Amino acid sequence: MNRSFAFARRNIRRTPFQALAALMIMFLTFLALQVFIILAAGSQAALRYFESKPQVIAFFKEGTTNQDVLAIENALSKETKVTNTKFVSKDEALAIYQEKNKNDPALLELVTANILPASLEISTKEPQDLAEIAEILKREPVVSDTIVPEDVVQTLTSVTSIIRIVGSITVGFLMIFATLVIVMIIGFKIRLKRNEIEIMRLLGASPSFIRNPFILEGIFYGVAGAALAWSLSYSLLWYFTPFLQGYLGEVGLLPVNFLFMLELLGSSLIAAFIVGSLGSFAAVRRYLKI
Amino acid sequence: MIIFESVSKKFGSLPALDNISLDIKQGEFVFIVGPSGAGKSTLLKILTREMLPTNGKVTVNHVDITKIKDRDIPHLRRKVGVVFQDFKLLDDRTVFENVALTLEAQGKADEEIVKMVEHTLKLVEIWDKRNLFPRQLSGGEQQRTAIARAVVGKPDIVLADEPTGDLDPKTAWGVIQLLNEINSWGTTVIMATHNQEIVNTLKRRVIVLKTGKITKDSKEGKYE
Repeated sequence: MNRSFAFARRNIRRTPFQALAALMIMFLTFLALQVFIILAAGSQAALRYFESKPQVIAFFKEGTTNQDVLAIENALSKETKVTNTKFVSKDEALAIYQEKNKNDPALLELVTANILPASLEISTKEPQDLAEIAEILKREPVVSDTIVPEDVVQTLTSVTSIIRIVGSITVGFLMIFATLVIVMIIGFKIRLKRNEIEIMRLLGASPSFIRNPFILEGIFYGVAGAALAWSLSYSLLWYFTPFLQGYLGEVGLLPVNFLFMLELLGSSLIAAFIVGSLGSFAAVRRYLKI
Repeated sequence: MIIFESVSKKFGSLPALDNISLDIKQGEFVFIVGPSGAGKSTLLKILTREMLPTNGKVTVNHVDITKIKDRDIPHLRRKVGVVFQDFKLLDDRTVFENVALTLEAQGKADEEIVKMVEHTLKLVEIWDKRNLFPRQLSGGEQQRTAIARAVVGKPDIVLADEPTGDLDPKTAWGVIQLLNEINSWGTTVIMATHNQEIVNTLKRRVIVLKTGKITKDSKEGKYE
């Protein structure tokens, strides 16, 4: 096997442009795969974040007493669709406001606890239960207004779904394309080395001795392309993390979990191994008649 | 050692070998002579199992090579070294690497390969050219490299298909002397050739082929 590795290395070194072309195609394929996986995982995590956060916010009228709030909370606790409720007093609302706008003194000067209403944040098990809970709250005489951010969840759900569908189609197409490129390049090399293969056969080389270097070469292009793509995607993600964090706000997607990136590397390498070996096996089967 | 029994080979309706029977013993030096298209190369290709005969039986060391399975062909070829008229050396490998390829293909260990290649290259007197590429060698040196590659694995039989065809007379004689020396170690040498002078000087067994038939088989024969 060591000899097969040495022969594969020599094959790659002696045709550098073909090797580079194969490597770049595998790199682009796996870069696309990893970008789609990162986007899909990111949107899924964002969706989970919004689903788990208080989704219906009920604002109370001036003069609402603690007993009124408690009565509503008790009533909601009997609803099986509600997972959690949280009361935010006027003072707490002011503290949240001040924290969010701490860099803008002008906005801080204008606001006091009196002009911010107290509110109740209610989480539900499923996004589709939001409207029903909001209707119940609207019927309460002490509730002045309700906010239902279900549109955000709906948009995120459709975005995640689109990313998954578009990603699967694109990556599926790129995988087939990459496999065919490996078939083409390994097939071309087999034809280029026709004389060498013929001589090896006459010298008593076994079929596996002749085939293995070509198969290893195909696997190398896949695995090296996937590893390079992972390095680039991780570097870009790491570099842009501070910038993206500003946009994502409280959604804690970044910095990206290293374990997730390791899983991404592992799955990419497995996929690359399969693409590389499938492509080179197909080429050997098609072009190498021993 | 090598027995052809009623062997025929046809390409379409054209016969390349026609009902040939012959027996070659261990350690013999045999010339196969005849005009182009007489069937010399076909006979050699049957011995390396590059071709199967249409009819007949070919036995090498008591094994019918027409019946062996594909996976056993490499084992047969390791016992049969082949030297070609056009050398068939790999241009992108040095003399040493070309010769080592035989042993690599046989799965020998690296240390053993180094020892055996060095020994063989010294025997054929091109050890000092071991790091050169084929294009940097003369025709005679290239053929010596090809012979070294054929014999480095210590085969029982060496087949030489017109090995002097592309060489000048002086160089050709050097190659023949080398094959003669290899034969003196006990290796069977079968050489297809057109070269009358070599055949007549060496006075070895000569098998004459014409249109696929053996027309003459003499022990200390001549090529007339």
